Amino acid sequence: MNLNLNHNLNLNHSLNLDPNLNLNLDHTQNHSTPYGVYILVWLGLLTLTAITVTVAGIDLGNYTLFIALTIAAIKSYLVITIFMHIKYEEAIFKVFLLVSGMTLLIIFVLTFVDFSYR
Amino acid sequence: MAHNEHTAATEQHVHRDDVGARMGMWLFLFTEILLFGGMFLVYAVYRYQYPDQFLLAGMELNTTIGAINTIILITSSLTVALSIAALQKDNKFLSILMLVITIFFAFLFMVNKYFEWTAKIDHGIYPGSEQMLEKQNGEILFFGLYYIMTGLHGLHIIIGIVILSVILMFIVKDKITSTNLVKLENSGLYWHLVDLIWIFLFPLFYLIQ
Amino acid sequence: MVNGIDSAKTKSFYEEGTTKKSSGLASWLFSTDHKRIGLMYLVTISVFFCVGAIFGILMRLELMSPGETIMKAETYNSFFTLHGVIMIFLFIIPGIPAVFGNFFLPLQIGAKDVAFPRINLLSYWIYIIGASLVLLSLLIPGGAIDTGWTFYIPYSVRSGSNISLAIFAAFVLGFSSILTGLNFITTVHRMRAPGMTWFRMPLFVWATYATAWIQIIATPVIAITILLVILERFFGVGIFDPALGGDPILFQHMFWIYSHPAVYIMILPAMGVVSEIIPTFARRTIFGYKAIAMSSLAIAFVGYLVWAHHMFTSGMSDTARWIFSLLTFIVALPSGVKVFNWVATMYKGSIDPKPPFLWVMSFIVLFSIGGLTGLVVGSLATDIHLHDTYFVVAHFHYVMFGGTGTIFFAALYYWFPKMFGKMYNIKVASLGVLFFFISFNLLYFPKFILGYMGMPRRYYDYLPQFADLQLISTIGLWLMGLTLILIITNIVSAIIKGKKSEENPWGGVTLEWHTSSPPPLENFEVIPEVKHEPYDFSQLEEMKHGS
Repeated sequence: MNLNLNHNLNLNHSLNLDPNLNLNLDHTQNHSTPYGVYILVWLGLLTLTAITVTVAGIDLGNYTLFIALTIAAIKSYLVITIFMHIKYEEAIFKVFLLVSGMTLLIIFVLTFVDFSYR
Repeated sequence: MAHNEHTAATEQHVHRDDVGARMGMWLFLFTEILLFGGMFLVYAVYRYQYPDQFLLAGMELNTTIGAINTIILITSSLTVALSIAALQKDNKFLSILMLVITIFFAFLFMVNKYFEWTAKIDHGIYPGSEQMLEKQNGEILFFGLYYIMTGLHGLHIIIGIVILSVILMFIVKDKITSTNLVKLENSGLYWHLVDLIWIFLFPLFYLIQ
Repeated sequence: MVNGIDSAKTKSFYEEGTTKKSSGLASWLFSTDHKRIGLMYLVTISVFFCVGAIFGILMRLELMSPGETIMKAETYNSFFTLHGVIMIFLFIIPGIPAVFGNFFLPLQIGAKDVAFPRINLLSYWIYIIGASLVLLSLLIPGGAIDTGWTFYIPYSVRSGSNISLAIFAAFVLGFSSILTGLNFITTVHRMRAPGMTWFRMPLFVWATYATAWIQIIATPVIAITILLVILERFFGVGIFDPALGGDPILFQHMFWIYSHPAVYIMILPAMGVVSEIIPTFARRTIFGYKAIAMSSLAIAFVGYLVWAHHMFTSGMSDTARWIFSLLTFIVALPSGVKVFNWVATMYKGSIDPKPPFLWVMSFIVLFSIGGLTGLVVGSLATDIHLHDTYFVVAHFHYVMFGGTGTIFFAALYYWFPKMFGKMYNIKVASLGVLFFFISFNLLYFPKFILGYMGMPRRYYDYLPQFADLQLISTIGLWLMGLTLILIITNIVSAIIKGKKSEENPWGGVTLEWHTSSPPPLENFEVIPEVKHEPYDFSQLEEMKHGS
């Protein structure tokens, strides 16, 4: 019964909505990620967490912060591309992400133009 | 019942645009990123000004609890992603199960947080306490930021619990189904963001040694 | 609101609503129709403009003569703060995007509504809540906020006045702004009519789109800054307070990281309106369409690079001072691109000097004065002399009131027949522009000279040698008051008993003129298919035959 209903709804979509939208519906359905990929990413994230905790115990001087942030960046890359599906979204989403990331970067750099030259 | 569902679904057809809905959600997430970004800026400036005192203060945080909470959040991020994937494959049961686990992990995170904070407060480390005011400036700033940033993050977890519970109810009542799951996807995006912020909070506060 | 138009063909959005009943207060307050929401914003924002103006008038009266005239120094402190907070957060920032953006952005791209109509209504309600909090902070005991609209640390954590509530109001208003921006970006990306390519979008849409990005990316920074100050006040958390090791200059950085881009939230939509009005009244396609469109994005971007030019005397590093001064000059480029293209559009056009066009002429002069004096205070050496003087006050009144405020009226007079289906008295409206221009310069130009002579801003008293120029300014105030009454009465009386307007009185060709005035609930009877460039006036003949 449930299945049948869904089928009906699908029909409705193809009748009522503009072609663009239909494409997108297919789009999500085609790209539903297999469970295995998510579990692999999860394992990757756990490994990276283990690495970052271990490395923090070793005294690497100025590199400690750099390494910790690099690992955090790799972790967020994994979360954003796979978990948050940015990989499968339209290109404009990636542009958006770039815009907000760049803005944040600019704010940091220009603020430190003041603080690092005091 | 089936009739009701049908009308509810057809009503939504008028303005339905899933990509648009996700776009709106992402734009909202950017505001969250910049909100926390502002706090990270404050953190960066003060850490730059007081590197040694930040180190000293960071020693007092419990790395183990931080690491456990990291694992909890990463795992809950996985389960919410699985919940979406399951519903896409029309597996309602698995989707509900995964969402329940996500909410459970969220609670677990808050329980840990509670113990962590109360332990700190018992030691007299909280904003405005006498013990705090005796510390050096850099340490006061570190703990101020610690409470505000993890506190605001915790607030986001609580909001997340509320949102995910509402979504759970919608799935149970078939208001969110495999053909109409953008609300679930958007709440998932929100939850991943909460995880994302923690990914940076963790090394910056708990791993200074 | 009663609308006299009874056109046989379609029901206007006044006669048909999204709520169960199509008339009565509830049909407005709970409507998700972007046109009704735009009109609600128009009413609310106009009210707050008047409230802000009253504080301005009272300040000016205090300055009528040296010494204490009508109020104490503390009251004056509160008044200039409230004048700033209300005018900036409740009038100029939401002004053009929330009123005209809401009403015309969907119309201009051929959409039925914005992408998220319910969030649109929510953002209006959040605005109302924020505005109520501002007023509440005035009324409850403790004293009205007295920090200036910039809330600088450390005074804002030490002062005993109702600062937390007032800045929390700004926090809430930020949400409203964010939701509007989010809605507009998604609308522009997802809801353009068939054939409405990016480079066929009217320039007002481009400007509003660029503005929406600033609203999304910049507003969160002020939100968190405000939150930190509130937490600092309530819990004594050490963040910015120097007594606890904090850095007050960091607060200034964070404040201006938002507040400088916010200046472009205020001016960009106004520039968009100018780009609409000039082609229509010059009967000529816009000169340099792509340059104007791109300069909107460029202004939005460059706006992020220059914030610290507000802080040249704060004690930040010398390197930062010259870098920010240098970067500031870059902003003049995209603004210059716009002004030159506007002027080039008018060249050899067949100009019809109707009131909206006259407003734009007034804008170009006032905004150019404001913009160029911006370079004077933007260059490091001269700013050291002029910082925190009346010169700065004059500068930002020229760009904000002379720029955005003027265009708020221009937009109202341009789109009035479209919004209400009626027409105001053209002669009175034209006279209004003339009086406005004269009284504006009388009111604010003396402040440039006063500032150059050394009159500091935010003082309730002054030396006797400043008295003459202050008097000229006060005379300007009285004229300005009368002019505003004239301008507003003309609009209000036209709403109540104005004559029915033609469908397209100015001969505009952008999409909003392709539907009836006022438009039907879903904007167009049939979603239009766009085949022309936005300012292609060869369509006019077609449009006339079509109707």
